[in-house]
Amino acid sequence: MSRDEPEKKTVIITGGARGIGRALCLAFAGPDTEIFFNYSSSGPEAEETGRLVDAAGGHSTGVCADVADEDAMSAFFKRINDETGRIDVLVNNAGITRDSLVMRMKASDWDAVMDVNLKGAFICTKLASRAMIRRRWGRIINITSVAGVAGNPGQANYSAAKAGLIGLTKSVARELASRNITVNAIAPGYIDTGMTARIDAGKKADILANIPLGRPGAPDDVAGLAFFLASDCAAYITGQVVHVNGGMYI
Amino acid sequence: MTIEEKVKKLIAEKLPNVAPEDVKRKASLIDDLGADSLAIVELIMTMEEEFDIEVSDEDAEGLATVGNVIDYIEKQTAA
Repeated sequence: MSRDEPEKKTVIITGGARGIGRALCLAFAGPDTEIFFNYSSSGPEAEETGRLVDAAGGHSTGVCADVADEDAMSAFFKRINDETGRIDVLVNNAGITRDSLVMRMKASDWDAVMDVNLKGAFICTKLASRAMIRRRWGRIINITSVAGVAGNPGQANYSAAKAGLIGLTKSVARELASRNITVNAIAPGYIDTGMTARIDAGKKADILANIPLGRPGAPDDVAGLAFFLASDCAAYITGQVVHVNGGMYI
Repeated sequence: MTIEEKVKKLIAEKLPNVAPEDVKRKASLIDDLGADSLAIVELIMTMEEEFDIEVSDEDAEGLATVGNVIDYIEKQTAA
C-alpha cells in the first residue's frame, strides 16, 4: 500500500498465524485494509494465513517477531509506520499456555505466559497509541479469556495474565478516550483451536456439558465480534469485556 | 522564524483554548495553559517531528513551562 491510498486502514493482529489470530486476519481481510501480523514459531501457518488473506481480496504482511521483545516490536511498528503511516486497529491476540497446578508450576512457566499474554499487549498498545492519538481515531481490542474472569484450575498463570489484560483494557480505555480511541476486551470461552486441541478428551466432554449452546465456539465467532468492535457501529463502546462463550460463563 | 517563535506557535496551535498571547516563557503547560498529561505527550510528539529530535521520557518530565520546552529544543538542536 502506498500513501496515495489514504482510505486503506492499517490493522495489526498479534499472533496471526493460526487459531483465532488467523480468523481475525481473515475477518479484516479486504480491499480496504492493510493487515500486519506477527507470529513466533508458526512459519508455515503464517504463510497459509497470508495466502488466505490474499484469496479474500486483501493483503497482509506476516513477520516473525516475539511480542514480548520490545526492540523487536519497535522495529515491527516502525516498519508499519514507514509503509502505511497509520495504525487504525490493533488486536492483541498473541497468547500461549503453560498449564499446571500452581503447586507444580515453574516460575519460568509463569514468566513465559505473563510475557506473551500481558507484557506483549502492553508493548503493542504503547507503540500503537502514538499513531492513533495523532490521527484521533483508533480501536484496540484485547483478546482475554473466560479464564481471566472465572478462573480455571491448572491455569493460574494464564488466568492471571488474562485478568491483567482486562485491567489494561480498562485503564487504557480511560487514558485514550478523549482522543477517540476505544479499547475493549473479548473473552472467548472454549474455542476450537490448536490451543484447546491439547485438552484431554474427558476434560473436553466436561467442558462441553457446561456450555448451554452445546458446542465449542469457532474462531470466526470471536473474529466477528472483533470486526464489529473495530467498526463505526461500536464507536460508543469502550472499556468493556464482551464474552463469546456459548453461555459457559453467564 | 526562531525556535522560540516556532515552539510558541506550535503550543498555541496544539493546545485547545490557548491564545497565542498566553504562550509566555513562564507559563506552565498544565497550570496556566490547561494541558492534561496526554496533551503534553502529544505536544512532545509534535516537537519531535517538527525539530527532528527524540525526547526521552526522563527529559520529558522536566518540561513544565513554555520556557523549559524552548530551552530544551534549542539545546537539542544545537548539539
